[in-house]
Amino acid sequence: MVMFTIRRFLQLIPVFFGATLLVYFLVFATPGDPIAALSGGKPMAPAVEAALRAQYNLDQPFWMQYFLYLKNLVTLNLGQTFSGQEVADVIARAYPVTARLAIMALAFEAFFGILFGVIAGLRKGKLFDSTVLVASLVVIAVPTFVLGFVLQLVVGVKLGWARPTVSGTAPWNELILPALVLGLVSLAYVIRLTRASISENMNADYVRTATAKGLSRRRVVVVHILRNSLIPVVTFLGADLGGLMGGAIVTEGIFNVPGVGNLLFQAIKKGESATVVAVVGILVIVFVVANLVVDLLYAWLDPRIRYV
Amino acid sequence: MSENLTPENDPAARVTPASRQGKTSTRFIEHFVAPLEETPLAAVDKVDEEAAPLSLWADAWRNLRKQPLFIISALLIILVVVVAVVPQWFASVDPTSCTLDDSAEGARAGHPLGFTLQGCDVYARVIYGTRASLMVGIFTTLGVLVIGGIMGALAGYYGGWLDTILARLGDIFFALPLILGAIVINQLPAFRDNRSVWTVVVALVAFGWPQIARITRGAVLENRNADFVTASKALGLTPFRALVKHVIPNSLAPIIVVASISLGTFIVAEATLSFLGLGLPQSVMSWGNDIAAAQPQVRNNPGVLLWPAVALSITVLSFIMLGDALRDALDPKARKR
Amino acid sequence: MSINGKGTPVNSRSSRNDDAPLLEIRDLAITFDTQNGPVNAVRNAHLTIMPGETVAIVGESGSGKSTTALAAIGLLPSNGRVSGGQIIFDGEDITNVSEKRIIELRGNSIGMVPQDPMSNLNPVWKIGFQVKETLKANGLDDGNSKARVAEVLSEAGLPDAEARAKQYPHEFSGGMRQRALIAIGLACRPRLLIADEPTSALDVTVQRQILDHLDRMTTELGTAVLLITHDLGLAAERAEKVVVMYKGQVVESGPALEILRNPKHPYTQRLVNSAPSLSSRRLQSQKAKDVLAAAVEDIEESTPDVGDGAHPAPVHVSHATPSSEARKPAGKGDTILEVKNLTKEFKLRGALGKSSQFKAVDDVSFTVKRGSTMAIVGESGSGKSTVAQMALSLLAPTEGSILFDGVEVNTLKGKALFDFRRRVQPIFQDPYGSLDPMFNIYRTIEEPLKIHKIGDSKSREKKVRELLDQVSMPAATMHRYPNELSGGQRQRIAIARALALNPDVIICDEAVSALDVLVQAQVLNLLNELQEDLGLTYLFITHDLAVVRQIADQVCVMQNGRIVEAASTDEVFNNPKQTYTQDLLNAIPGATLLV
Repeated sequence: MVMFTIRRFLQLIPVFFGATLLVYFLVFATPGDPIAALSGGKPMAPAVEAALRAQYNLDQPFWMQYFLYLKNLVTLNLGQTFSGQEVADVIARAYPVTARLAIMALAFEAFFGILFGVIAGLRKGKLFDSTVLVASLVVIAVPTFVLGFVLQLVVGVKLGWARPTVSGTAPWNELILPALVLGLVSLAYVIRLTRASISENMNADYVRTATAKGLSRRRVVVVHILRNSLIPVVTFLGADLGGLMGGAIVTEGIFNVPGVGNLLFQAIKKGESATVVAVVGILVIVFVVANLVVDLLYAWLDPRIRYV
Repeated sequence: MSENLTPENDPAARVTPASRQGKTSTRFIEHFVAPLEETPLAAVDKVDEEAAPLSLWADAWRNLRKQPLFIISALLIILVVVVAVVPQWFASVDPTSCTLDDSAEGARAGHPLGFTLQGCDVYARVIYGTRASLMVGIFTTLGVLVIGGIMGALAGYYGGWLDTILARLGDIFFALPLILGAIVINQLPAFRDNRSVWTVVVALVAFGWPQIARITRGAVLENRNADFVTASKALGLTPFRALVKHVIPNSLAPIIVVASISLGTFIVAEATLSFLGLGLPQSVMSWGNDIAAAQPQVRNNPGVLLWPAVALSITVLSFIMLGDALRDALDPKARKR
Repeated sequence: MSINGKGTPVNSRSSRNDDAPLLEIRDLAITFDTQNGPVNAVRNAHLTIMPGETVAIVGESGSGKSTTALAAIGLLPSNGRVSGGQIIFDGEDITNVSEKRIIELRGNSIGMVPQDPMSNLNPVWKIGFQVKETLKANGLDDGNSKARVAEVLSEAGLPDAEARAKQYPHEFSGGMRQRALIAIGLACRPRLLIADEPTSALDVTVQRQILDHLDRMTTELGTAVLLITHDLGLAAERAEKVVVMYKGQVVESGPALEILRNPKHPYTQRLVNSAPSLSSRRLQSQKAKDVLAAAVEDIEESTPDVGDGAHPAPVHVSHATPSSEARKPAGKGDTILEVKNLTKEFKLRGALGKSSQFKAVDDVSFTVKRGSTMAIVGESGSGKSTVAQMALSLLAPTEGSILFDGVEVNTLKGKALFDFRRRVQPIFQDPYGSLDPMFNIYRTIEEPLKIHKIGDSKSREKKVRELLDQVSMPAATMHRYPNELSGGQRQRIAIARALALNPDVIICDEAVSALDVLVQAQVLNLLNELQEDLGLTYLFITHDLAVVRQIADQVCVMQNGRIVEAASTDEVFNNPKQTYTQDLLNAIPGATLLV
């Protein structure tokens, strides 16, 4: 198990470097001279301009910039935004909000996804199953931003059950609606995956053997079907954390949540490389760590994996 | 496997009597013989010459024809494609001739869905917006099929270092969500300055291919050691031609299913990008752009936002339903009798 | 537990006065609801099991034998139901009994040992846990379950049971898993054990040991056994009573040995005649036999030919031994394939990048004469299939040489290799995997002709028709797809494809192992006739010595990559030199019963 953990960890290193390099390259090649953008197009004293370039490492060759960036990422020395704020501070303020949002969304999709998926899988072909299946298709088909607007309009404005937009501190209760929207599409995938997995395992030989042993149906389902069926679902949930972070761009925009998604979107529009690469770098770390956790969870759920 | 001594490899355990006499019972056991006419003997392993020959695809088609899910989704897709090709058949009003006199007007004769803030006919815009969305969906899917399909097939078939490199490359792209990656790419100068359907397609293909590559790799891996592939190599077929003639055709089913579902998600992704202002340019009429434009007045005039969203959702839904129906029809487990 | 080491065949419980049947199945009908309407899988099935008795149901796949047994423990698939008749267990009608009652019965009254040990243990739970929950569910958890689990496992023949209980199924070999499943099946001391092909997935010698052990345990415990098997020889050897099922119906039942020696129903007669484990002579083609019949008195041929004339179904077993020369076409008999000191090593990846060499094939040498059949026999992991792969030049040997018609195969390249491919063809085991499901039969058989650019489309079609005729398939088959054909039919198509290029050598890698007994006999007969007509040479890879008896002239017995014994078939069967060969021979079920 220890060997397995170490090996998985080592495998993640190239992914981390590759992904950050990819983003850094794309952002570096991003248009427009950020310095010119900063000055609002007005001519600038050459000395001031050079100082600014040095400050953002823009005077270095690409590879050098990348390594400086990595170094800074590790030491959390993330540079400053164009408006002079420490990027680390900006992220430190935005990150907890998005983390809260993503965790709520993940909990929501995991709980209801597995619950509905299990019921549908056990009652395949029955009314509940068909209803859930059609509903999940519709949820996947409707874009998140449309769902967001509709829920904002109905629940927030018409019914007045929740604040249509989130206030500056983004407390837990105000994030319920955005988290719901954020997790809805993944919820549909979790339901479908769980359902397929359950109905496949129901026909497994070892389930029949377990029944033949004289176990109650309840025990057969809980002990023999459920654990085996959750393996692919756990993998999906782990990988989905990254997707939720990406999805946060849209959701946070609609509900005006002061989180990382919003921050990133604004920074991309401004061409503020320091912020973009810092945020994306952290996202990649989160994704990579989430995958590691999933792998370990996977090995715990399925003993066969540990020795591969 | 632990090397403990088990009965299977313990030579001492092998000492069993060489011949067995069978069991005889002290009870009386009746010798029953069924009359022959009750179960007439059939020839061993006779070929059924009655039924019409059926290929796997024909079999899948026969299965599909009976599925309401497939019929509905296929009809909807045909409708959407026709609308995209000849929108003028469906809307007589020019979607670009807008007058501010009609700004945010409600529905009236000839204009069933009312007007936008600019005074454009909502219905006409929904009809004319079909083309851009569908083009992005189709071309992105084709793109990921070509790149992801080739990468996945080569990695799965040849394995080795090629597989390792492609797997890591896939991991790297996987670490960046589709939308995030596409947003970043669309910021490249070459993309920002020449925004069109094609830039969106390229951005989505760049981050969408790893999924198809994974599916293809898995499917090819499953087939590459099949006996029929070995048999054809023993017949003198080169490994590459065995890949093309035998492995790929047998790996298509799961790829088609995923491609159909992905087509839907790419359309959603395009709309999301356009909604964020990073997708199609304003000059291109599209559902995503219209939804974005309608956003500010969503509270007063929700219909303007609703109708393109409905059109978008129905289109995506039909592709996802098609994928679902295909999955049932092409399920490899059901294929084995 | 004290087990009588000799495994006394006489039922020790029969003297007890239990004359009431333990399980009685009367006029049972089982229906499956399918897409194409209801299908009657079982009709009018009836059987009786007395306490302590072993009853075997014998039949081909699809005969309804497993379905009947599963119905007795309430485990029919969800689309199946009992549509008629009665199942009476110990005087209680359990045909349509409540879910609650059947759960009560399962485990402690009726136990089950399933077929495939690989898929029947839940991979995510430890063995001990899976035994323990059986005890618990049946109210036998007396607080000292750990010791009881170990006891149950060691009874089933697992050494070091306490430590083994803490392992996961994937750490067990197939035979050990089956022992664990037997432990689970018998843990709660059921009065009836349903054993559904309990050993068909295992190697022959392991198979024998497990059956011996199961026999001893059930005799000791007085458990009645309902044994389901496709092998008549095995059934006759292990059961007091045999029930033969065909197309969902019981066609014959009675005392095991009597059924075997005096089968009354034509179907049973077919089975007895075809069972490879019961035959004692090499197959001969009808033609060779006709020639021979003039000289030697043929005392067999009592089988009424009930099949359609085109496909003679029963294997023609002759009690006369022709000299092998008599069968061979003149001018043949020189060496066509010579394998010298063949070795193949595989690299095994270990932990931390350490790799070790594994010798799959170790210094193997043999020669095959033109027009004869060489069999390579061995259990899984013996390296026999690796030899086949190398002989086909699909795998490069680490050392040694393979000479085909005097030419080294290893170094062949380009055109020469292409020509070699024309002359050596494979037939594989899995009839479902060896034909491309996307190609119809015409394209499948035409493919070799196309690859080698032989003829135009018209002459190729003619050739395909001829080939289909050669393997006794109607020409109309060529528009069909593999999924429409049965396993035996696919295997015949594979033979036709292999014949398309007029090869000299056909390498059959377990070519008949996956087939039902009668179909297997049919394919073996076909192969034999083709050899006679076309002067083919076979390299026949198999785990089944019984089949070797029917088809081979020479045998190499392989164990752990080495040839441990090589001789003529008669020699090996009549006078085995090695204990391993003896073990293999002893493992053939029922071989000694038909005397």
